[in-house]
Amino acid sequence: MSDEVAEKVKAILAEQAVLEPSDVEMTSTLDSLGIDSLGLVEAVFAIEETFDVQVPFNANDPSDSDFDITNVASMIDAVRKLVAEKQG
Amino acid sequence: MGQAGHRVVITGQGAVSALGIGADANMAAMRDGRCGIAEMEFRDIDRLSIKIGGQIKGYRAEDRFSRQEIALYDAFTQFALIAADEAVQQSGIEISEALSLEAGVILGTSGGGLQTVDDNYRTVFAEGKNRVHPFVVPRLMNNAAASHLSMVHGLRGPSFTVATACASSNHAMGQAFQMIRSGLSKVMLTGGAESMLCFGGIKAWEGLRVMSKDGCRPFSKNRNGMVQGEGAAVFVFEEYEHAKARGANILAEVIGFAMSSDAKDIVMPSQNGAARAMQGALKSAGLSGDEVGYINAHGTGTAANDRTECAAVRDVFGAHADTLMISSTKSMHGHLIGGTGAVELLACIMALRDGVIAPTINYEEPDPACDLDVVPNEAREASVNVALTNAFAFGGLNAVLALRAI
Repeated sequence: MSDEVAEKVKAILAEQAVLEPSDVEMTSTLDSLGIDSLGLVEAVFAIEETFDVQVPFNANDPSDSDFDITNVASMIDAVRKLVAEKQG
Repeated sequence: MGQAGHRVVITGQGAVSALGIGADANMAAMRDGRCGIAEMEFRDIDRLSIKIGGQIKGYRAEDRFSRQEIALYDAFTQFALIAADEAVQQSGIEISEALSLEAGVILGTSGGGLQTVDDNYRTVFAEGKNRVHPFVVPRLMNNAAASHLSMVHGLRGPSFTVATACASSNHAMGQAFQMIRSGLSKVMLTGGAESMLCFGGIKAWEGLRVMSKDGCRPFSKNRNGMVQGEGAAVFVFEEYEHAKARGANILAEVIGFAMSSDAKDIVMPSQNGAARAMQGALKSAGLSGDEVGYINAHGTGTAANDRTECAAVRDVFGAHADTLMISSTKSMHGHLIGGTGAVELLACIMALRDGVIAPTINYEEPDPACDLDVVPNEAREASVNVALTNAFAFGGLNAVLALRAI
């Protein structure tokens, strides 16, 4: 699996966090990056636009969504799965 | 004692929502715990992921308005006019030449003529046309409904529109209340109207990802978001001595109002902001918390609102929070955004006048974070002397009214 997905997701999160992509670690969390609920909704939107996928995410109860937002690694994994599903 | 001034009473009510056309129809539905939320029908709904809402079904503008009127009235204006007609008729008030100068209208709306915007953007962007109907602006402007109410009913005093998202109606009714209390006006038509149930309206809300795809379940642990509604409710607020002198039928007295701002986050609610608005309403009315028997909750059915609102109620009422009743009628009519507080005022009037507490329907699972008496699923008979009605808007603008039985 290419790291293109990882790089793009990191770039999206970095933009929301106003950081350099290199500052976004795989173990970083939304909290540690300082991304609030609105920032997350924007990041999810950017992911959908970038990868042309539908992210199963409910801002009302993020922890209950199918989209795992535990940390950067879990979000990248989730995006990889969505991209793979799309490619069938 | 609360702030001094003229006493303000409600002498007329009118409403139209997914629960029915007419205040009585809406109250009957609330009493029966009937849900007006269902699959919506409008153009391009197949391109939406949210397909349910409290849409007014079986309504035809042609049955109520002339062709010329329809050309000028967006749906939100139509709903406001229907509700106002009913309220004025019920109150029996005659707007004389002299009284007209001391009578006005203050309405809340958030989207204004959003359906008109949606239709005409489609015309120019999607269909590539270069010409739109000449009345687009007078239809879409947020004050269109208030202006038409002033014209139809000959109200020549202070009139304007308030836009504070989900709190618009409460802010509007609060202004009307203060206008009469302070002696600036004798009679005010007030309430709110909203009609965002169209492709562009719902598409915008989908973006925030706070809408439920399957139902509005306030305070229930399995709640998963809000569901929109549409419609209007309009009331006649009148100076007490004026109402008494003409022998008006008084539905309830408005005794207090307060506003607060969270000054914190554009979408996340604040417990402190909500608590301060409720405390302010009590102070404005000269009440102690123990006198409040019923609260019509903001109760949107989002995880954050309901949890925060319940915590704020505990802050304000202490041990009495376990005694009072609190319910969200949004479970039945949906969230009418700028019109919601007006429709919800009906639940307060029903509690105070009829001794019937509207239920929170779709209540399926207790949530420890919302452990108040939310009047689950079935209306309850109870004698209530004082009620509050809450509205906490996106943008952190809060407005709470206090009412008393009369």
